Amino acid sequence: MAHLLEIENLRTQFFTQQGTVQAVDGISYNVDEGETVAVVGESGCGKSVSALSILRLIPNPPGEIVGGEIRFMGKNLLDMTDQEIRSIRGRDIGMVFQEPMTSLNPVLTIGRQLTETLMHHLGSTQDESMDRARELLRLVGIGDSDRRLAQYPHHLSGGMRQRVMIAMALACEPKLIIADEPTTALDVTIQAQILELMRELTKQMGVALIVITHNLGVVARYADRVNVMYAGKVIESGSAMDIYHRPHHPYTLGLLRSVPRLDQPRGTRLIPIEGQPPDLTRLDGGCAFRPRCTFATEQCAGAIPGLEAVDEGHITACFNKEAVADSLRNTT
Amino acid sequence: MTVTTENLGSPDIEALPERDSLIVRCWNLVRRQPLGAAGLLFIAIMTVMAFGAEVLTSINPEEQMFEHMLEAPSWEFLLGTDNFGRDIWTRIIYGARTAMLVGFFAAFFGSVIGLMLGVGSAYFGGKIDLIFQRVMDIFLAFPSIIMALAVVSVLGTGLQNVIIAIMLPMIPQCARVVRSSALSIREIPYVDAARALGYSHGRIILRHMSPNVMAPFLIMFTSFVGQAILAEASLSYLGLGVQEPIPAWGLMLQGGAEEYAESAPWAAVFPGLAITFAVFAFNLFGDAVRDVLDPKLRSR
Repeated sequence: MAHLLEIENLRTQFFTQQGTVQAVDGISYNVDEGETVAVVGESGCGKSVSALSILRLIPNPPGEIVGGEIRFMGKNLLDMTDQEIRSIRGRDIGMVFQEPMTSLNPVLTIGRQLTETLMHHLGSTQDESMDRARELLRLVGIGDSDRRLAQYPHHLSGGMRQRVMIAMALACEPKLIIADEPTTALDVTIQAQILELMRELTKQMGVALIVITHNLGVVARYADRVNVMYAGKVIESGSAMDIYHRPHHPYTLGLLRSVPRLDQPRGTRLIPIEGQPPDLTRLDGGCAFRPRCTFATEQCAGAIPGLEAVDEGHITACFNKEAVADSLRNTT
Repeated sequence: MTVTTENLGSPDIEALPERDSLIVRCWNLVRRQPLGAAGLLFIAIMTVMAFGAEVLTSINPEEQMFEHMLEAPSWEFLLGTDNFGRDIWTRIIYGARTAMLVGFFAAFFGSVIGLMLGVGSAYFGGKIDLIFQRVMDIFLAFPSIIMALAVVSVLGTGLQNVIIAIMLPMIPQCARVVRSSALSIREIPYVDAARALGYSHGRIILRHMSPNVMAPFLIMFTSFVGQAILAEASLSYLGLGVQEPIPAWGLMLQGGAEEYAESAPWAAVFPGLAITFAVFAFNLFGDAVRDVLDPKLRSR
């Protein structure tokens, strides 16, 4: 069966005065209908850029999608005219942004912002879309909907606004929702609520979900599959179980070790990944993670490792993947 | 603040404060912005004059009463008559109509076109913005009255052309101010969110970004009305604006008023005062609007 979304060798670059930033450097992954895929990585690894590239929202200039294909329901989004991509945005692919505080227009009421997408994409009348807006607010767990619809974003808390954003993304019953760090700006307790809500609604409505995050806890709980990104590339991809329990890339392993855990004794030192992510304008011919990697060998400097299968549906890009896997077996 | 019963179930909902009555709000305005309120009062009077000219005076503004030429103010002719025996009070009232018409329409079209161009320029950015700004620079290099003169001499006189002539130099002024506010708004995620929802450029510019630059826009608009009234008076005085016998303040200062300035000063003084007060009123009101809308100047 064809995938809902197929990203193939996507390359997005930013042309700056300091040089060309290879923000997304040949990533490929698929999303099936109703599936939740997580994209994980630290700040600046290109995960947000890859998400924005799907909807062609990269600011140009300086950014440009220089290569690859993004096929959504069989059609290449990169070949579409502006008109065509606009009819996909908000209708077939919804997006939830990182900052709920600033992602809603402060001078328009919640009701107007919700109904506008409905009237714009589905051609509903004012009354129909108001009814639907009430229903949507109920779906995302906002009570007293009539009152809320008349309010402005500043009347709502951050969690509420993110719920409204989710309602807006769901409004036209899209096939796919891209959530770019949907919980980063929220309190921990609210984060759980929002994630639970997103999972429930996407499962219920059969919507596929791409979650961009740097929170591995999110990944473990909610994602069917995980793509770990580093320096613009996917360096490991597999099921949440694979990534969590059988990481084969030293970066994934480092990420897992640097997360504080409640089941460890107090005072246990976290193991950070030393060093800085590489400057994406000056990548050499070797593995980008090499300078920070404890497993690095001479081979790593000479060539960029390709993605190789280690298991069914589990791929990784490391020359020393066996050593990484072994090290995990020895410590636990 | 009153808490209504509906939100008892959800304590996190803050009750919206009830709106004060009109009288309370007017009084608050007078207390906080006395000069602005005075300006607003004069604008209101002018508006009443403009709309109710027929009710406020029974004399035809174009009627020449040759038996009453250059008469001093009296109970019959409140502000005297001019050299054609026309009642000056009547002509000032009807002149308010001309002034408001030109002032409002010129300011409205000038600032609205400026708003759209300014926000559009900021939204698209890049080369479009660069080229557009240079074009605006060229327009701004002309003194506006010179440009208005040039436009009128090309298009000819008449109310409509006067409005166009006065409006044109306002466009780049407004566009420039609005653009600078819109540039900062462009960076706020809701603009990208609107793009992600599939809205067209025009919709984002008009419905999502423009309402967010209303503060500088309204300030520009109110000061433009005053400027436009002054510009209309100047053009009329120079004979390039509204033409006789249509009553217009600038026109009343010219011709007979100049000739008989010593023997019949009322013919020039009263229309002059009308222009002065009108422009002053709009400037005061514009300042008050700025103080209210600009949070940095508030409660000083």
